[in-house]
Amino acid sequence: MSDLNPALAVPEIFMALSALALLLLGAFRKQEAAQGITVLAIITMVLAALLVPAGGGMRSLAFVGMFVVDSFAVYSKLLVLLASALTLAMSMNWMRKENLERSEFPVLVLLATLGMMMMISANNLISLYLGLELQSLSLYVLAAYHRENSRATEAGLKYFVLGSLASGLMLYGSSLIYGFAGTTGFDGLAHAVTSGAPVGVLIGLVFVLAGLAFKISAVPFHMWTPDVYEGAPTPVTAFFAVGPKIAAFSLLVRVMVGPFAEMTQQWTQVIVLLSIASMVVGAFGAIAQDNIKRLMAYSSIGHVGYALIGLAVGNQSGIRGVLVYLAIYLFMNVGTFAVILAMRQKGRLMEGINDLAGLSKTHPMMAAALAIFMFSMAGVPPMAGFWGKLYVFMSAIEQGLITLSVIGVLTSVVSAYYYLRIIKIMYFDEPVEALDRDTSPGLGLIMAVNALLILVFTIMPAPLVSFAGSAASALFGG
Amino acid sequence: MTDWPLLSITTFLPLLGAAFILSIRGEAEIVARNARNVALMTSVATFLVSLLVWSNFNNASADFQLVDQARWLPGFAISYKMGVDGISLFFVLLSTFLTPLCILSAWESVQKRVKEYMIAFLVLETMMVGMFCALDLVLFYVFFEAVLIPMFIIIGVWGGARRVYAAFKFFLYTLLGSVLMLLAILAMYFDAHTTDIQVLLAHPFPVAMQAWLWLAFFASFAVKVPMWPVHTWLPDAHVEAPTAGSVILAGVLLKMGGYGFLRFSVPMFPLASHDFAPMVFTLSIVAVIYTSLVALVQEDMKKLIAYSSVAHMGFVTIGIFSIQLQGIEGAIFQMLSHGLVASALFLCVGVVYDRMHTREIARYGGLNSRMPAYAVVFMLFTLASVGLPGTSGFVGEFMVLLGIFQVNSWVALFAATGLVLGPAYMLYLYRRVIFGKLTREELKSILDLSPREIAVFVPLIAMVLWMGIYPSTFLAPMHSSVAKLINDYQLAQTVADGASVALR
Repeated sequence: MSDLNPALAVPEIFMALSALALLLLGAFRKQEAAQGITVLAIITMVLAALLVPAGGGMRSLAFVGMFVVDSFAVYSKLLVLLASALTLAMSMNWMRKENLERSEFPVLVLLATLGMMMMISANNLISLYLGLELQSLSLYVLAAYHRENSRATEAGLKYFVLGSLASGLMLYGSSLIYGFAGTTGFDGLAHAVTSGAPVGVLIGLVFVLAGLAFKISAVPFHMWTPDVYEGAPTPVTAFFAVGPKIAAFSLLVRVMVGPFAEMTQQWTQVIVLLSIASMVVGAFGAIAQDNIKRLMAYSSIGHVGYALIGLAVGNQSGIRGVLVYLAIYLFMNVGTFAVILAMRQKGRLMEGINDLAGLSKTHPMMAAALAIFMFSMAGVPPMAGFWGKLYVFMSAIEQGLITLSVIGVLTSVVSAYYYLRIIKIMYFDEPVEALDRDTSPGLGLIMAVNALLILVFTIMPAPLVSFAGSAASALFGG
Repeated sequence: MTDWPLLSITTFLPLLGAAFILSIRGEAEIVARNARNVALMTSVATFLVSLLVWSNFNNASADFQLVDQARWLPGFAISYKMGVDGISLFFVLLSTFLTPLCILSAWESVQKRVKEYMIAFLVLETMMVGMFCALDLVLFYVFFEAVLIPMFIIIGVWGGARRVYAAFKFFLYTLLGSVLMLLAILAMYFDAHTTDIQVLLAHPFPVAMQAWLWLAFFASFAVKVPMWPVHTWLPDAHVEAPTAGSVILAGVLLKMGGYGFLRFSVPMFPLASHDFAPMVFTLSIVAVIYTSLVALVQEDMKKLIAYSSVAHMGFVTIGIFSIQLQGIEGAIFQMLSHGLVASALFLCVGVVYDRMHTREIARYGGLNSRMPAYAVVFMLFTLASVGLPGTSGFVGEFMVLLGIFQVNSWVALFAATGLVLGPAYMLYLYRRVIFGKLTREELKSILDLSPREIAVFVPLIAMVLWMGIYPSTFLAPMHSSVAKLINDYQLAQTVADGASVALR
């Protein structure tokens, strides 16, 4: 417990040092090095991903119990690193075309990813907050990264103001918890609430929950999502949609089933409410959207609602459902954003859903890939998205959360409407003006690989599901 | 030969063909020609393999046969398992029989995006066959739902003027029904700890649970059958779908509901089935009488046949829930017969639609003078549809009525009115299209059936007559499976009665 044990944090330390080195490199070499720095940042993340599994297996603590490594952390960190590396790779071509290539971008992504990894491994309210803020501050800057664009600056400002409010709420909640329980360490908290939690801890927990709900954009803390998604440069939106969501979700799971496992009765009520509200808003909010980035924002709100079902169940199979869902969510979203990044007409960026009209004629492969992602998001088998939902609903039915499940499947029918609408526009409508054909090979590759993975998952679900299963069991003393 | 996984081959062979078509590159003309040829060859090969399934089928056994199994989902008792019994065997054959005919019927009428069209049909065939063979509930659900994807694309891309509306209505209606079934499937998993259909068939579900499970399955299958009042997607989908799409919709997709009742609702929830049977009878009678009357006033040929399908499927649901040997066998037979006859009728409409590009009845008349062969073919299927003895339609309807008469003569009486109304709308349609004077200028140059069209109709005519004249070929394989179904059902009722007596 009192060990420093820095060996466990090797991937994080490596990431931090690399980020600093790349920052210096960027400062000395000016603009022309931006592309090289992006490549180096991707390499850094790949190397970190290789280092991560070394710490896994047994649950072990570092930095006086502030930092924990277990197979849950390994699973989530691998997802986050994969998401960040993929979105960074997807952004390169786009950034060059938009003249936004700066060396700060990859460094900020690297720092945000480092923050996410810290969040995932947090075992103390203080390290939790530090990780969260490292992530959030990088994200604020990234949202406003395109500073000449008024929409991007608006998005950045909005995100910053609301995000700080959420951080404030969380900090306030943490202080309440500390005041009533007398400790900030998760292990200590778990011990403190075993014999009935003081009401102050409960109130503090609700504040912490509200702050985290903001980070995963669960309703009613979702207001920022559509605006920020729409305003931020598309690669940044792609980055927002995946990595930070997964990290914040892992953190939420760890906080809820870790220190506050004894209070499951109390917090599941809140989670059920968040889940239902998110599914409903995600399903109905997206119907009227014409901008594909806004649509993806509502779609992600809906997906958070489904993943929250697994957390509401609160047991090992529920958490496994969440983890499987998050991994599949990653592949669906990265693939979809690869398509969105490729949407250009005569070099101009396109974001309207109707700009996809007739895509199946002009770009058959891209349309097929997007159709696979959309059917997957709608949860139609045999796409992977169906299995994500299946695992979550399975745990919910097992626990007798029938009403929640029924609402969940009904909203999934509603949301199927707008996913189908995109397919309709691509396949049933005639092309008005074709999108440019010069999609970069990298984007095409990412689309193809993600689409294949989503199809193959049905045939070979075992590797991912078993990994998620062992990660979930790590949280339950398995 | 029997140790080959015949069912898996039947199921996935079309997918192989689709993958092959996907890889065809080159000039549009050549790609289209190759796609057609590959699709036809694949589907014919699939049909031949499915004939092997039939020849390896043992009529005497009530068990699932040709079972093949593989591990699938880790940590769950959910596996990949395929097999057929007397109930599902002919649905597999029906699917593999109709697909080549669909592909042949679209030979000339589909000119745009031929490659995608053929891929969609082959994928659809895989999903249909897989669904009828699946012996695991989750596997069944995957195929059951996956059918929606190619069908959505087929209606939406190659359909008529209101195709988008029809495609969405079709997809969302059926999805809404089936998601509830998914939850029921999960609930069943936690009660029985497996989704293996063979095990579930023997698993007694608690009485209170049965009602909810039955309703959830009913939500899905009633939409698929379709039963009144959730049938409204069918006329839209039929009218807007391309000819071959209508054929598959009427021929196979509607049978998924009836098959579902027979495979799941009746044997797995016998007590709930018993309780809900009066409701099913009522809805079915309404379907038979009401949709027959609606069919009388239709202006659009396809819509008329679509409504007649709803009426015919009403007979099927009555037969299934009569739980009599004749009733259930009659229902299966009626489904097979309707699969052939309704498909043939849609193909008949397709023939004149390809020439005149309208389905409005008023735009036709007096076709017998220009198209004698067509008039004969259309006549034959019209009479088969109204149940003339000697055609397949008679056998099914007669057996259903025989079965239901033993249970409830009132239901039989009302259902029998369908036998009067059926000829009314069908012969009325036939008279308006075929007889009378050929007055319209544009019809004066219409051509009779081409050799390709005759090739499509000949197998259908042969089957309809075979089934009508010597039905035993098709009834024999069903006997033991249906008898077992009824036996288990009655056993469950006796046990439940015994339990309630013991409680007193």
